Amino acid sequence: MSQVMDADRMSRALTRISHEILERNRGTDDLALIGIRTRGVPLARRIAHTLHGINHEEVHTGALDITLYRDDLMRHAVGPQPLIRKTEIPFSIDDKRILLVDDVLYTGRTIRAALDALIDFGRPKAIQLIVMVDRGHRELPIKADYVGKNLPTSLSQSVQVHLQEIDGRDEVEIQES
Amino acid sequence: MKKDLLSINDLTRDDIYLILDTAEAMREVGERPIKKVPTLRGRTIVNLFYEPSTRTRTSFEIAEKRLSADTLNIAVATSSVLKGETLVDTALNIEAMAPDMIVLRHASSGAGHLLSRICRSRIINAGDGMHEHPTQALLDAFTIREHKKRLDGLKVAIVGDLLHSRVLRSNVLLLTTLGACVWVSGPATLVPRGMDQLGIRVTTSVDEAVADADVIMMLRIQQERMQGAYFPSIREYFTTFGMTRERVARAKPDVIIMHPGPMNRGVEIASDVADGPYSVILQQVANGVAVRMAVLYLLAGEPEVAD
Repeated sequence: MSQVMDADRMSRALTRISHEILERNRGTDDLALIGIRTRGVPLARRIAHTLHGINHEEVHTGALDITLYRDDLMRHAVGPQPLIRKTEIPFSIDDKRILLVDDVLYTGRTIRAALDALIDFGRPKAIQLIVMVDRGHRELPIKADYVGKNLPTSLSQSVQVHLQEIDGRDEVEIQES
Repeated sequence: MKKDLLSINDLTRDDIYLILDTAEAMREVGERPIKKVPTLRGRTIVNLFYEPSTRTRTSFEIAEKRLSADTLNIAVATSSVLKGETLVDTALNIEAMAPDMIVLRHASSGAGHLLSRICRSRIINAGDGMHEHPTQALLDAFTIREHKKRLDGLKVAIVGDLLHSRVLRSNVLLLTTLGACVWVSGPATLVPRGMDQLGIRVTTSVDEAVADADVIMMLRIQQERMQGAYFPSIREYFTTFGMTRERVARAKPDVIIMHPGPMNRGVEIASDVADGPYSVILQQVANGVAVRMAVLYLLAGEPEVAD
């Protein structure tokens, strides 16, 4: 197991991403952050906090659980069903620019499910994707708009993003499995 | 989770909490503008109802549709059952068309167990005679937890026709599993023998049962199942066992009043109690959809192999 990002680098990446968001969207009007459970949710809150620090505007945040939209759920029942947690989007996403947040971008299937889920909530003006780590190996035509770190990996490796809010520490690790 | 849901006894304590927690997430789906998720796409669910039902059948059907399953309803009044087909033959014929689940309501206790032995499909018991109605008990527990934040240590008084009630049996099994203190009360003629061996308190005094209760659950007087004279008159039943405002006043100030429906107003429950501030009867109905979505979702996974 080896560390590829420490707390400092993660924090700087989130600050950079926040500035990129402001530059690309010319401010925070109509923006909303939606984190994909589990680790996208605290990341979305941190970005909202950073944006507020720069711009002094509140940006709505929500949490999305994509389990009900997974494409591997009903193919073949293997083992018990995955746990479903609550989706909490306490605002209308119609005509908003939605910033979707996840920790690791890999095959793209989670993001595909998240896009399907979001569309069921309304018709956003645009959806942009933020990830802490892009590790490659896409199986779908999906690309991130904001990336904390591009990390070339092999299929035998696994990438873990640890967050203070959930894991008690900020760290990105890569592991041979 | 096992292959079928026939009885609360099929569930462990952890299974029950998993269903209640999953139902919390499922409830949110019903609050969206588009109340549908693709989770059970391509699954076929047959609702096979041998007894009249509005609430349970509608609730299951809405739950199935919100999960995108293909559903079909077989109501016995319009089926080959009227031509003399047996339950087993009907089930085998439905099974030949390869559904994934069968939701069964039947007047005979154990009908679900019978189908469970001959069917590959998952069987969900939606009420079998005087035996069990597990999804009703689950939605009752969900509703209680919503109001009381917990189930263990609560005093739950269940009052009415104990003999014929499948809702009672499922609720007693579930509530005692989760550590609630259950009191039941009804006319001595409607108390089944051996009830006191289920780890609950049995009394013919409603006032004793409801004293300081956190939850009062009323059971319907099931006149369609009564062949004898169990009590002298409806009026006398109401006077002795009916839930009135005076009786509710003996319970805790934040008591909730539940009823699985359909209600007989003026028989087991006074109208002003049924419609009053303590009543959560319509919330039970609303919660039923979320709880059934949770059960359908969780049963669609691979069953645990029996040891």
